[in-house]
Amino acid sequence: MTAPPDHAVAPVLVFATGNESRGDDGLGPALARRAALEGRAGLTLILDYQLQVEHALELRGRRLALFIDAGKDTPAPFELRRASPSPRFLHTTHALAPEAVLETAQRLGIALPEVWVMCVRGEQFELGEGLSATALRHLAAAEAALHTLLARRGAPD
Amino acid sequence: MQQGTGNPPSSATAPGLRRVAIDPLSRVEGHGKVTLLLDEEDRVRQARLHIVEFRGFEKFVQGRPYWEVPVMVQRLCGICPVSHQLAAAKALDTVVGAQALTPTAEKIRRLMHYGQILQSHALHFFHLASPDLLFGFEADAARRNIAGLAIAHPDIARQGVLLRRFGQEVIHATAGKRIHGTGAIPGGVNKSLSDAERAPLLADIYQIIGWSLGAVELARQLFEKHLDFYRDFGRCAAHTLMLVRADGAMDLYHGGLRACRSDGTTLFDHLDYSEYWEQIAEEVKPWSYMKFPFLKALGDEHGWYRVGPLTRVTQCDFIPTPLADRERRAFLAFDDGRIATSTLGFHWARMIEMLHAAETIKELLHDEDILGSELLVRGERRERGVGVIEAPRGTLIHHYRVDENDQVIRANLIVATTHNNQAMNETIRAVAEQHLSGRRLTEGLLNHIEVAIRAFDPCLSCATHALGQMPLAVELVDCTGATLGNLVRDCAA
Repeated sequence: MTAPPDHAVAPVLVFATGNESRGDDGLGPALARRAALEGRAGLTLILDYQLQVEHALELRGRRLALFIDAGKDTPAPFELRRASPSPRFLHTTHALAPEAVLETAQRLGIALPEVWVMCVRGEQFELGEGLSATALRHLAAAEAALHTLLARRGAPD
Repeated sequence: MQQGTGNPPSSATAPGLRRVAIDPLSRVEGHGKVTLLLDEEDRVRQARLHIVEFRGFEKFVQGRPYWEVPVMVQRLCGICPVSHQLAAAKALDTVVGAQALTPTAEKIRRLMHYGQILQSHALHFFHLASPDLLFGFEADAARRNIAGLAIAHPDIARQGVLLRRFGQEVIHATAGKRIHGTGAIPGGVNKSLSDAERAPLLADIYQIIGWSLGAVELARQLFEKHLDFYRDFGRCAAHTLMLVRADGAMDLYHGGLRACRSDGTTLFDHLDYSEYWEQIAEEVKPWSYMKFPFLKALGDEHGWYRVGPLTRVTQCDFIPTPLADRERRAFLAFDDGRIATSTLGFHWARMIEMLHAAETIKELLHDEDILGSELLVRGERRERGVGVIEAPRGTLIHHYRVDENDQVIRANLIVATTHNNQAMNETIRAVAEQHLSGRRLTEGLLNHIEVAIRAFDPCLSCATHALGQMPLAVELVDCTGATLGNLVRDCAA
């Protein structure tokens, strides 16, 4: 199986993960939509419920990668931090932390880009439609920071 | 062999045991809890695995138009959304009167389903199971993951990731996108494959079959190396339930229900699943959100059963693809058939199914019907529909009632992890009996409980996955209700 050549992939990769039927768990996809990342030139947006091992392959050839997710008990309104590989694997779940995706990629011989994690704090994760009022406020704050980050890191506008 | 009955139906009625109230647990993904209850002689009397349940979703779909359901139910699970989509679509085929799909629609759905089987089994074996098996259950937890695997066995790790991605590409091609796909709809599908979509899959499928065959061989080698331990680990006899094709072949997409007693005799066969409740009932217990299904003919105490790869590979009459059937026969013959009832036999059986999925995908990709344009059928509208499919983890039942306004007024879902609920509890109890030392929880016991749970590949991913989730916890409780100890498996860093 062959991967596309590095020059064929967009330089910026954004993972927005979450389940929009689980209340504030949908913050990641909601932020990607609000920031109009879909279809943006030079940027690949991957929406998924959770991070999996094959997502490591998507990092190949990127210059910048950003993981956006909802956070539970994380600082409000959001946390933005650099991420590096770490074998932070949970033993009772199929899903991976961003650091574990990076670790997997590194072990597969993929050169890692500059990586950031944006974790937007959620409050309720039960079944239901829409984001909580608090999450909506966090979302607005996170959107501004997201645009700033992409602009400063030279993402195509 | 008699089915184990060591887990009484309720501690409230068991003399010498105190009922322990468990507060409602968070449904955050990854949150699992095991409670071990000792009797007056410090023997493990009960094991209780507390995990997520789906009753909330059954309420969630009420009042929704039926055509939204195949998309909505995909949000149940981040690991097997395709299985829920297909089970819902099959149930709603009946509602729209589609008694038989067009050849194109059925084959596209099958292609999607076997792509799902392949990617799910690959993820489980290479990401979750093989590190346990290759490094040993007592190995450092920080090493038992795919990154550790990539260091020690880089080719195996790489193949695991690429197998998983291939399955996802099959799903993408058939469902239109990886998540929230709308490929399967009531009465058929909304797209077939184009030549351009088929070509790259055809180019890779022979490599995928080769890697799948290698995975079966790896599983066999592991059993040869650790036979005595693998044979008896968490062993408990169980009745079984699965779908089977009319000629007795394995069919993971459609068939009739087959149930066998733990001694191998048939309880019922080729049963029309549209009235499954005549044979399967669900019990609710006060300490768990999770339902406890049982075979009515055997009663609520003794009628629990096991579903999934180990059941399907051992209870089908044959697998209708040549390489997988050859491997099935080798599996059944190994160690005079004793591995076929071993809990860790799940892993070997799962790889045989992955090989079958790869072979089936190859056959379907060569079938010109998948390029067809007749996608939908309709017939006489009905109020009720039941859809059953063999999902990666086992039998999945979706049941809907739809009113004259096209709104869902009732839903019932029985997922594989729910079918396996009591079987997992019994297996954990057997492991604890083997490995619990006195009244003290040890890391070794925690490791072994993890391995036992993982053999079933329970879906712990059907809720959310927000960062900061809780891991597996094991609690030991004595006959007075006093907690003797807790152990928690956090992120392995």
